[in-house]
Order: sequence, then structure tokens, then C-alpha cells
Amino acid sequence: MLTNIKEGKLLKKNIVQIKDVVKRFGNVLALDHVSLEIPSGEFFSILGPSGCGKTTLLRLIAGFEIPDSGEIFLEDKMINSTPPYRRNVNTVFQNYALFPHMNIYDNVAFGLKLKGIGRAEIKERVMRSLDLVGLSGMGDRKPRQLSGGQQQRVALSRALVNEPPVLLLDEPLGALDLKLRRQMQVELKSLQKRLGITFIYVTHDQEEALTMSDRIAIMQTGKIEQMDIPPQIYERPRTEFVANFIGISNLFSGNLRNGNGKIYTLTTSDGFEIKATGEGIRPERNATVMVRPEKIQITPGEPKNMSHNINILQGKIEDMIYLGNVIQFIVKLKEQKLIVLEKNYDKTFEFKPDQDVFVSWDIYSTFVLSERVENERLFAQV
Amino acid sequence: MKDFLLRYKSWGKEGKAGFLISPAFLWLLLFFLIPLGIIFVYSFCERGNYGGVNWNFTFENYKQVLNPVYLKTILYSFWIAILNTVICLLIGYPMAYYISTRKSTVFKNILLILVILPFWTDFLVRTYAWLVILREGGLINTILLQMGIIQEPLKLLFTDLAVIIGLVYGYLPFMILPLYASIEKLDPSLIEAAYDLGANGFNVFWKVILPLTSPGIIAGSILVFVPTLGAYITPDLLGGAKVMMIGNLIQQQFLKVKNWPFGSSLSFIVLIIVLALLIIYIKFGEPEVEK
Amino acid sequence: MSEIRSRKKFNAGEFTLGVHSWLTYIFLYLPMAILVIFSFNKARINAVWTGFTFEWYKVLFNDTALAGALVNSLIVAFISTAIATVIGTLTAIAMYRYKFPGKGLFDSVLYMPIIVPDIVMGISLLSFYVFIRFTLGLVSIIIAHVAFNISFVALVVRARLHGYNKTLDEAAMDLGANPFQTFMKVTLPLILPGVVSAALIAFTLSFDDYLITSFVAGIGSTTLPIKVYSMMKFGVTPEINALSTLILFISMILILISQRLGA
Repeated sequence: MLTNIKEGKLLKKNIVQIKDVVKRFGNVLALDHVSLEIPSGEFFSILGPSGCGKTTLLRLIAGFEIPDSGEIFLEDKMINSTPPYRRNVNTVFQNYALFPHMNIYDNVAFGLKLKGIGRAEIKERVMRSLDLVGLSGMGDRKPRQLSGGQQQRVALSRALVNEPPVLLLDEPLGALDLKLRRQMQVELKSLQKRLGITFIYVTHDQEEALTMSDRIAIMQTGKIEQMDIPPQIYERPRTEFVANFIGISNLFSGNLRNGNGKIYTLTTSDGFEIKATGEGIRPERNATVMVRPEKIQITPGEPKNMSHNINILQGKIEDMIYLGNVIQFIVKLKEQKLIVLEKNYDKTFEFKPDQDVFVSWDIYSTFVLSERVENERLFAQV
Repeated sequence: MKDFLLRYKSWGKEGKAGFLISPAFLWLLLFFLIPLGIIFVYSFCERGNYGGVNWNFTFENYKQVLNPVYLKTILYSFWIAILNTVICLLIGYPMAYYISTRKSTVFKNILLILVILPFWTDFLVRTYAWLVILREGGLINTILLQMGIIQEPLKLLFTDLAVIIGLVYGYLPFMILPLYASIEKLDPSLIEAAYDLGANGFNVFWKVILPLTSPGIIAGSILVFVPTLGAYITPDLLGGAKVMMIGNLIQQQFLKVKNWPFGSSLSFIVLIIVLALLIIYIKFGEPEVEK
Repeated sequence: MSEIRSRKKFNAGEFTLGVHSWLTYIFLYLPMAILVIFSFNKARINAVWTGFTFEWYKVLFNDTALAGALVNSLIVAFISTAIATVIGTLTAIAMYRYKFPGKGLFDSVLYMPIIVPDIVMGISLLSFYVFIRFTLGLVSIIIAHVAFNISFVALVVRARLHGYNKTLDEAAMDLGANPFQTFMKVTLPLILPGVVSAALIAFTLSFDDYLITSFVAGIGSTTLPIKVYSMMKFGVTPEINALSTLILFISMILILISQRLGA
């Protein structure tokens, strides 16, 4: 692969490349023309609801499934039909898949023994690997004698001991309780940084993906909806699905007109005009725009600092929900309800249900979402 | 080329499966299916002089089944098989219920093992035990004579009763185990819910427990009915020359009378019934084992 | 009020259930117990206890014809069990792992030998052997026993595989084990108790079989059950009691071990 030089900075090589991969199980289209590139050393997460194809994608890279069409490259080699035992990747399985008939030492040494490495070196590497995950001295135990968190670490150690350039993790923290999960998230991230190994991490937990990843791919029904760095995913969701899947979103649908340049105006069915930004969007059609609840200000009277760059709407407080550090307002506009999150200031408590209020927000926090991909997908299936 | 590679891979799994099942498939084809096919063919042939067949097509063997002498045996076998199934169900159901409702797992497992042991152990020896008990100089007659209740030994062996006792004894575990399996799966909260909704004990049994355990009843009934219909050892040992069932008739036609085609037609009738019941079992018996 | 009544009724039902069940257990085990007791009885003819003796067991051990039948039975049981266990286990693994066209049909064929009455299997095999002019003897018996035991082994091993976590195989391959290494180092060690359990059951079924064997046995290939059956037809003797006791004892031990492993 070519090494690109951009802005004087050496870009890393893509270690994994997936080109236009399709995978069907019977009538179900699990992966629908998926393409992606993962540079070496990246913490790459695949996020999506169950059944979106994220695990299938991981299993294709691991070699447990073979693509119906398309190509998978690992370190510049096409590995479409290379069996899992000849691929230089290792997997941490969802429920760990530790061999119950072997002790921890033998579990971790399993891969090294198969490679025909000498006894002394195996011992040294196994010990180092167990040490790395904080389990030194546990070698003689059987998997069932360990706690869930410890089994998790063994699974990690068993994969890392082989020093794979790419580590695949299939919801590795899914079976742990919340507190342990938070702790393991930190440990995993620092381990990844220290070892410089590429992690491909499958999860359905958005917070986990946002906090750990260098880049996230969001999947739905076999397609990648958006692939970006975490802040971008949250701040600039491209589709309605991403907007709803990550965090809370307020969506407005209506007819879209192009104002000037990157500013668009949306007219909703109940007559509101909302300005939004977007790039390369086709106007004169039905579209959806979104704004995050925490970007909205709520005021008893009309906001004084009038500017053209602000959307102002009038509504009535329907409900107030106390969430501790923030207060969630449900503001009823004409037809639509709006969710607004305000910081817990003392003055926030002055609002009362049924009170008439103004809601306002910056038009640069409002984005036109892409056209839905559904139609395209329907054609692809025929 | 790429397409070919992919297709080859997808053959791979089927190829592997084919490789693994081929010994079983070949063995069952050669030594089970083809033999069954042979008796099917034989059943339409004329009998040979000293066993074997003459290759002339005829329906005679199936007509002969309707001969009152043989029909009586066939109907008698059906009657005995139904009777045995009903008796085993009546004895087995409460017992399976009792075992599956024990609270202690250890106790439950012991009770279960006590049913499993006779399920697998030697049928012949277990039948023979009744010979020891029922014969003229056997245990029951000796006790009754010594107590002075009877003066002459009772004729217990070589009767219908002896055969029925032997069959119930032999096949009861075949009824209890599937019943246990389906009662065990029953969610106790369903029974509590039925009581809670005002059902009495009778209603709970008829409307909740019985329908939910019907797969076990079907499985158990088939597992008792089929081998009883084809029973040979029990009627031979405990019924003697007096009691004859289809199994004995088939054996007699093959080894004594040397009328293989007729024996084959009888076997084939039994086989058809068994296959029909097997289909019922697959459809209604146990829910699909595999995902 | 009604709640108390229903609870009382429930207890009465529970009691009846218990009595019924224990009487049934007595029904299941008393005849075998009587058989065992009479095998130690001095009296030759009558069912009257006249004293304890090992006499009939001594007679058994000096019976050369019986010893010959026992040797035949052991040869048949060992060989047929070995073959059926290997074939049945491979089949169970294939049925568990793969989907293939005709799987449902093969599944039905696989379980047919379990449900088809022995008499039908016996006469059809006899017809087959005669048809292809195959000499009846130990080999014909072994072939027949393998035919029904494949099904039993596949059934038992498959039940064991049902709880098997397929991800373990994937984990092994992920760590560099090829399919053969995966089977030898991971799959087989984990399902071995089930395989042994199945083998023990197959052994018992082969060792005990009378009916099918009686059709496919030739001159000089008399097995123990055939010998025992011909003795039983002549009537009850203390020797048969003793022999039956031994057979019962061995079968039950094998089944108990099998159950323990299979759990």
C-alpha cells in the first residue's frame, strides 16, 4: 500500500481494508456492500444495535465467515478465504470462550504451543502476558475458579500473548457489571496505547465507543451509516439513525429550501421555520433537521440578544424531569414536542409546568440530515 | 476464479459433513435400509419350497393377512399394545409427576436413576424374573399353598395376564422417562397462576398440566406401543404356546413354517405402522432439539 | 377457608402420589431382587428357601459351553461397540455442526433403528444375508449390532454436544489450531465423557441382545443371551438364576458409570 504524506506528517498504513463486502445468511442481508479502512495502531469501534451486522463483520475479519463478494485485506494480503488458523489476528470473545478443561497457563500458552515455540520462551511469554493483565500467579487455576472480570483478563492475555498486529474484540465487556466495565474500559484503552496494537472493538454501548475509540463506525441493517472520530459522530450525525442512536436528538421534518450558501430553511407542517446548516444538500424536498437538547436555551420571555443566527420558537412547558445535574424539559410546540436539557442553576427552578416559554438555539447547532438510505437499500435487495 | 473459490469453500462445509456422516450413512443403507427393502420385495413374492422366495409377483401374502387365523393374532397384538400403553400411562404419569416435583435435586436424581437402570438393563433377564415368580412351583404359588389359601397351584404362567404383567414391567420405564422430561419442563408458576385465577385441582390438571405435558405423553405412548406391537420375548417366555402376537407369528413364518414372503408382509405392515407413528412423534412429540 | 381446604387436599394427593410411586418402584425392583435371592438358594426345584449357597455360581464357572458363549458375546460387544462409537460420534458431530441438504431425512433414518421393532430388523437382516449369500457367524452379528448401536451412540453423544459451546472451537482456530488439532485438543476432551457414556450403553445393548442376534447367528456363533434363552425355554433352574444375577449386576454397573459420565 502506498504511504501517503500529507501536511508533512507520515500517515500510517492501513492494516485492515474491507472492500465492498456482502454477506448473506439465507434471505438475511447481514452485510450490505461494506467498505472501510483501518490504519495501523488505531482503536476502531464498530457500534450498532443487535442484528446490525457488526459481529458478522468481525467474524469475517477473524475468518469464521467467508464473504459472498468483496475483498478483505490484512497487511496488504487478500485473506477472503484464508482459514482463521492461518490469519494473523486474534479474538477476544464475548463470553471469553476459555477452554474449561485447561488451567489458565495452558489456556494462554495454547496459541504459542501450536506455533511450535520452545518451552522456555512459552513460559516467559505466558508469564509476561499474565503479568500484563494483572493475573500473575493464577496460572494453576481453572477458568471456572475465576471471577467474570478475571476470566475477561485471561481471554485478553490469551489473545495478546500471540502478539497479533490486529486484535478483534467482540463485546468483551458485555458480561461485566457497570463498575467493573468502567474500570476495564480504562485498562483496555491504556493497554492498547502502550502496545500499539490495532483494536477492532465491537460494542452496542455508545458511551463505551465514544470514550475509548479513535474512530467509530456506526452500523445499521448491514450498512455503515457513519464513520468518524467520536466528537464528530456526536456533533455532526449524518443520518436520522445516527442522531437517534447516539445521545438524544430533536428532529424536525418538513420542506427544505436553500437560503444562502450553507444555510437552509425548513418549514415544518405546523408552520415553524427553522434555519439549519448543511453541505452539499439537495434542497426543495422533504428533509429532517436535528438539534441536540443541550444546545437549546429556554427563556421565560423572548431572548433579547436577537441575531439572525438564532432559531426562536414559542411553546409551553409540558413536563419537567429532575435528573440531578441537569433538568429535562419537555416543551410542547404546536404539534411537536421538544426535549431541552438545562444545567441545574437555581433559576432553572423558577420554571413551572404549563408556563409559556421561548426556546432558542444557534443555527450552527442545527444540521440537515442526509436523505434516508432506505430506498437505496430496497433496490439493492431486489 | 474468485467465484469458483467461494463456491468451493461453500462445498467445503457440506463436504466435511458428508465425510463425517458417510460411514453411518453407508452402514445404515447397507445393513438397515436395503434389508428393509428386501423384505418389502419379498412380501410380493411367492414362497419358496425350503424358505426363500420364488420371484413371481403376487398380492397373496397381503390377502393372507386377512385370513381369520392370522387376523386374530394381529388384532390381539394391537389390543395388547393399546392395553399396555394405557396401563403404563396410568402408572407412569403420577410417578413421573412425583419424581419431577421432588425438591431435593439429589433425591430426584436417585429416583430418576432407579427408572433409568431398568430402562437399559437386560430385557431378557428382567422378563425371566417373572418366570421365577409366576410358574407353577414359583414364588406366588408356593406362598399361597403354604398359607393354605389354595390347595392346587394356580395357573399363572402362560396366560394373557402373565404377558400383560411382563410387558408392563418391561416397558414402564419407556413411558416414565419422556413423561418426566416434559413434566420437568413445566413452569410451576403456570400452575400457581391457574390456581390464582380460581381453577380447582381438577381443572388445573385437565386444562394446564395435561396439555402442556402432551409431548411427553405422545413420546412415551409411542415408545411403549411400538415395541409392544413387535414384542417377541415376553409372549414367548411368559405366554408360551398359548399366547401369540405378531412378533411370534413373524418368527414362526420365517424360522418354522419357512414362509418368508408371508413373514415379510407381516413385518412390512408392522414397519408401516411404526413409520406412521414416527412421523407423528417428529411432528407432535418433542419440540425440535436443534436450534 | 377454601385455601386451607385446597392445601389439605393437595397434601392428600401428594401422599397418594408418593405411595403410588413407591409401590411402583417395588414392582420394578422386587422381581429382580427375588431372582438374586433365589440364585443363592440351596433348593433346586421349589421356591422354598432351604439355605444359602454359592453352588450354582460354581456350576456356572465350570460350564465350558457357557464360557464359549460368553467369549463370543464379549468379542461381539467389544468390536461392535468400538465401531459404533467411532461412527456414531462422527455422525453426532456432523449433525451438530453442519447444515446440509437432506439433513432432516438422514436424521429420521438415523433414529429408525431405535424404534423399528427388533423382530423386523432381525428378519430383514437375515433376508439380506441370505440374499447376498453371506455366511452367518460372528461377523454377521457384529454388523447387525453396529447397525442399531450407531443410532444409540449418535443419540447420546448429540445430547452431550447440545450443551457444547461452539465458540470454543472458534477460539481454538483463532489461536492457530487447524480443524484436526481443534478436534483433538478441544472438542474431543470436552465431549469424551459423553462418548464413553454412549460406548457403555452400546456395550450393554450389544451384550444383552437376544432377538436380532438369534436371526443372524450361525452355527458356532452362539452368544450368551442365545444360550441363556434356550436354557430359559426349558424352565427355571438355579443356574440360570445365578447367570441372570451376574448379567444384571454387570449391566447395572455399566449403566451407572455411563449415567455418571453422561451427566
